[in-house]
Amino acid sequence: MLHTFVAYVEDLPGVLTRVASLFRRLNININSLTVGRSERPGLSRLTLVCESSAEAGDRIRASLFKLENVVDVDDIAQAPSVTRELALIKVAATPQSRSRIFDLVEVFRARIVDLTSESLMIEMTGVESKIEGLIEVLREDEGRILEICRSGKMTMRRGHHLSSVLRAMGAGEEEANAAAAVREEERMAAEPE
Amino acid sequence: MTTDTTQAANAHLNTPTRLTGSEILWATLVGEGVDTVFGYPGGAILPAYDALRKFPIKHILVRHEQGAAHMADGYARASGKVGVAVATSGPGATNLVTGIATAMLDSIPIVCITGNVSSKVLGTDAFQEIDITGITLPVTKHNFLVSRAEDLAATLRHAFQIARSGRPGPVLVDITKDAQQASAIFDFEAAKPRAYRPHPMLRVDESGLAAAAELIRSSKRPIILAGHGVSESGAMEQVRTLAERAQIPVALTLLGLGGFPASHPLNLGMMGMHGEAWVNHAIQEADLLIACGMRFDDRVTGKLASYAPNAKKIHIEIDPAEINKNVKAEVALVGDLRAVLEELLPRIGTRGQGGRDGSAWLKTIEASKGAVAVHDIKNLPDSGHLYAAHVMHDLWRITGGSAVVVTDVGQHQMWEAQYFHHEHPRTLITSGGLGTMGYALPAAIGVKMACPEKEVWVIAGDGGFQMTAAELSTIVQEKLKINIAVINNGYLGMVRQWQEFFYERNYEATPLVSPDFVKLAEAHGIPGRAVRTRSEVLGAVEAARSSQSAFLLNFLVEKEDSVYPMIPAGSALHEMIRRPDRDPLEERAEDN
Repeated sequence: MLHTFVAYVEDLPGVLTRVASLFRRLNININSLTVGRSERPGLSRLTLVCESSAEAGDRIRASLFKLENVVDVDDIAQAPSVTRELALIKVAATPQSRSRIFDLVEVFRARIVDLTSESLMIEMTGVESKIEGLIEVLREDEGRILEICRSGKMTMRRGHHLSSVLRAMGAGEEEANAAAAVREEERMAAEPE
Repeated sequence: MTTDTTQAANAHLNTPTRLTGSEILWATLVGEGVDTVFGYPGGAILPAYDALRKFPIKHILVRHEQGAAHMADGYARASGKVGVAVATSGPGATNLVTGIATAMLDSIPIVCITGNVSSKVLGTDAFQEIDITGITLPVTKHNFLVSRAEDLAATLRHAFQIARSGRPGPVLVDITKDAQQASAIFDFEAAKPRAYRPHPMLRVDESGLAAAAELIRSSKRPIILAGHGVSESGAMEQVRTLAERAQIPVALTLLGLGGFPASHPLNLGMMGMHGEAWVNHAIQEADLLIACGMRFDDRVTGKLASYAPNAKKIHIEIDPAEINKNVKAEVALVGDLRAVLEELLPRIGTRGQGGRDGSAWLKTIEASKGAVAVHDIKNLPDSGHLYAAHVMHDLWRITGGSAVVVTDVGQHQMWEAQYFHHEHPRTLITSGGLGTMGYALPAAIGVKMACPEKEVWVIAGDGGFQMTAAELSTIVQEKLKINIAVINNGYLGMVRQWQEFFYERNYEATPLVSPDFVKLAEAHGIPGRAVRTRSEVLGAVEAARSSQSAFLLNFLVEKEDSVYPMIPAGSALHEMIRRPDRDPLEERAEDN
């Protein structure tokens, strides 16, 4: 199954290598990995998606926690969450063929962010399937797609905050731990037996 | 190491002082309780060596950096403290890698200090520059590159905390030459690492404890599987109490040997690939396994699909990443073994207090030992042959089991585990997980430095001994009293055994020519003796023990003997290759 992990890691040289090296050692391919600054100074937030057996989730999460630079790890599993991906797609388009693409962009709620006499660039944000859909339609005309750049998935849970976030927002240790416990219980309950 | 240096070092620890990075290195080590390091100098670590004489630290000059890492590892295993190895950049650092990996696989706390080229030229392929933090990333618990003197003290203290906390392991600190040469204010107290953060997935809750207690109470055929975690956690008393109170027999992993007394009536012996038949049969028949600080290694389980098929499993383990890795646990108590057992024990009733009656199960196991029980082979007639098993057994008898035995890897390691009975933790020092040949001799030097008062025996095969035999010079230079037993069968014995069983006796690349080990020892100034028959063993061992200096015994043993029983890799635990009927080592009941 597809696993999605959200982790807070120290923003230091080599940390991404350590995370990537763990998956290499476990012989698990990373489907997508996005990293960027988080709301906490000195910490990056990453979303990592990988394919592995259902039982492997706990072990991967435990192994991520064992990395010294990893501060928090959340296994999103089936929990309610919002996932988005950003795609930039460069398409060959002459003034004559543009209008059809404009229509497509409209239908997919994407945007044109660059336009030249030979090509245009589409920016699209959405869930993976939506982006795949646009790409598929664009591919119907052979040779139209010139370049595709995709960010990989970014995921955020709905509702509850991560305990570390609560702490950073000034919550007491007790409140943060209680939130963590609730989250852990939900996680356990959501897990298939 | 004079009183002056000690006072100076203590002064540094109490008052913030401006020191060079090199001085900060040693001062921090002193503050962390280090009094011995194992190392080898070179260009990129020279500033550190230049400052060493000002500090109360004993430096052991090794002959190869692999030896330094093994010595730090042996020191840590014998003492329970963090061992320290020092090497220069480039080849010095890469030579450490096998030793670091050995410590990683067996969860041994060591800190390795390496020098590196100046930060200005990092990444330019400067002379003897290598990316050692990159190389050691998968074989360390964590590693650091320090390029500023200001960061040294805090990083080193953090390294020690990581090495010894949770599931212990090796940490490497790579220090650029300019960081050693620059100066900074050294404030030991301010460099204290943040409070240790236990793994967030540790979990020992009421429901788990209650479920474990209920499984134990209702079990008919339970077995405790005791691993390395017993001695690492210091849970010997707790395991013993659990076994005695609930009448549960105890089987041990290789690294668990010594964690539960060999002479205890509930001790079954070693489990796994070369465990005795009754131990593995008992595990296969068990209805409950209580795994204490062990990780269900493939050498212990054999084929997973048929491992202990009728048993529920309680897994008590400090590393959450080990839970359900190989064997699914019905109850997982994830935490420090000793602490977990302290919480569990009050819930375990004794017999008569609602506890379980284990006598029937114990009787069944005892009966299954039957005529194959290898308690004692002292009564075997001297057939003119010398078997390694004899040597192990006699060594155990003569030393009264009180020696610390450091074994290498291979047949002799398994014979030692079978025939030398360990009563106390930290008396068998051996490379289990990585199976590193060449481990024994250097590791024994670390053991002797940690416990100078103990009798230390190296047991190595003729193959492994030659991998690190250069450390004989280290033994002589440091005037260490270490006894060395080479179990010499002229083969890479364990590989030959696999060739015999699984490759139609195609002895490719296993016959081994060796120097005369006695002469080799003598060339180093170490007396020695060759032993060819059983009757010579006693006198030879006594000669070694009574010698003032190190002593080497070259035991010329039966060439094509094999370790029995053996579970072929990938087979189920009960599918054993048994000792052939006409084998001269066959034990009879009257030998006991």
